[in-house]
Amino acid sequence: MIDFGYGLTPSATLKIENVQNPRFEALHELEPDVVKCIACGSCTASCSAGCFTEMSLRRVILSLQRGREKETLPMLRHCMLCGKCQLVCPRGINTRHLILSIGKVYGLNEEDGR
Amino acid sequence: MNQNVVVIGGGPAGIEASRKLRDLGYTPILIESQPALGGKLTRWDRLFPDGVEARAILDPMLQDLDGIKYFTDTEVLSINRLKDTWVVKLSNGLSAQVRAILLTTGFDLFKAEKKEEYGYGIYERVITNADLEDWYKSGAPLQFDNVHTIGFVHCVGSRDEKAGNRQCSKVCCVTAVKQACEFKEKYPDATVYCFYMDLRMFGRKFEDLYLKAQKDYGIRFVRGRVSEVSEDIDGHLFVKAEDTLFGKPLKIKMDLLVLMAGMAPAASSASLARMAGITTGEDGFLVPRSIVGDACRASREGIFLAGAVTGPKTLPETLGEAASAALAIDQFLKTPVKQ
Repeated sequence: MIDFGYGLTPSATLKIENVQNPRFEALHELEPDVVKCIACGSCTASCSAGCFTEMSLRRVILSLQRGREKETLPMLRHCMLCGKCQLVCPRGINTRHLILSIGKVYGLNEEDGR
Repeated sequence: MNQNVVVIGGGPAGIEASRKLRDLGYTPILIESQPALGGKLTRWDRLFPDGVEARAILDPMLQDLDGIKYFTDTEVLSINRLKDTWVVKLSNGLSAQVRAILLTTGFDLFKAEKKEEYGYGIYERVITNADLEDWYKSGAPLQFDNVHTIGFVHCVGSRDEKAGNRQCSKVCCVTAVKQACEFKEKYPDATVYCFYMDLRMFGRKFEDLYLKAQKDYGIRFVRGRVSEVSEDIDGHLFVKAEDTLFGKPLKIKMDLLVLMAGMAPAASSASLARMAGITTGEDGFLVPRSIVGDACRASREGIFLAGAVTGPKTLPETLGEAASAALAIDQFLKTPVKQ
């Protein structure tokens, strides 16, 4: 094949209007507080696992909302359920319970998470 | 006593200050360039944060004008210093000689068409906060069909040095959230987005409204300033922004886009400031002696300021400042003229 010096790359643009997000709806039903997140980052900053891994609860919540869970769900594998994020969340989200509910709704198992 | 005071600008600040001056025993002469009193408040349907009807605030004010001489459709032609007084000439042929003038000329709504990339005045389905409020107030059915997805663009002509408005307009964040919730009340099935840089929910109950918007109304907040808007053959809009929390560009099809046009300095304030020889700030708003401690007195004796003429303000702040300007004028007029 002739090398023209460029290639096709898939678009990195988020397309959110066509996102059918039944699993997020199910999560929302179970954890109404998930939409209260203001993305302050307190959870990520206080995360015991976050110092050593890419774990960020803020990013997980956002990617679930955007229907891009594949990118961030594996992060949850690093969560030790210590609950420090719950102590610092200014919106009072029960983050520990939320993480467990995410596991339940998104069917995380031993391979891809907790 | 029955001393005249000229109040220029018949919006909430001018009306409230005139009422207070009248209650203190003066005869205010209130001058309004538009055909009716009430200023921009006349265009509001419901007010943040509680959804009180604007007319519930404005109507009692308009019914309480006894003892106030007011002129609508009237411009100020000149303001001149004559010894210890100011001579104000009006377009209706009258003139007044007073010791104190209060400027309450408010603000101009930022012209959203200046942000050409958003397509206001080009694309039919791009409207402004004022247009949406007009529609809410009219109670008419929406002029567009199939409105499923709607977006609010915060900071249009605010925090925008290139557009000539560096300041935060202060009220648009909470107005957008208010209008978004109201839209959801009318169209529960619609998906409503707010594109913001920061959410400045500074006032009492504003943060509560934000929480309600998230929890009860399901408004979706995207942190990122809209960069451009384009239109497809059916008149639907494509909106581009960066989801800065996600760190990826985002493109979304919208059926209606509302631009939150901010507060720009009123053009009339600048010309009045020139006539009276008082200081205009670099941002175009008039400058009080001290923003913190002396917010109602302008740089020259006998000229007073209240409301958004000195920068973006909420309605309660404006009304409070109007009352304090009336007291400052009272104090000034009780002080004998220095010989």
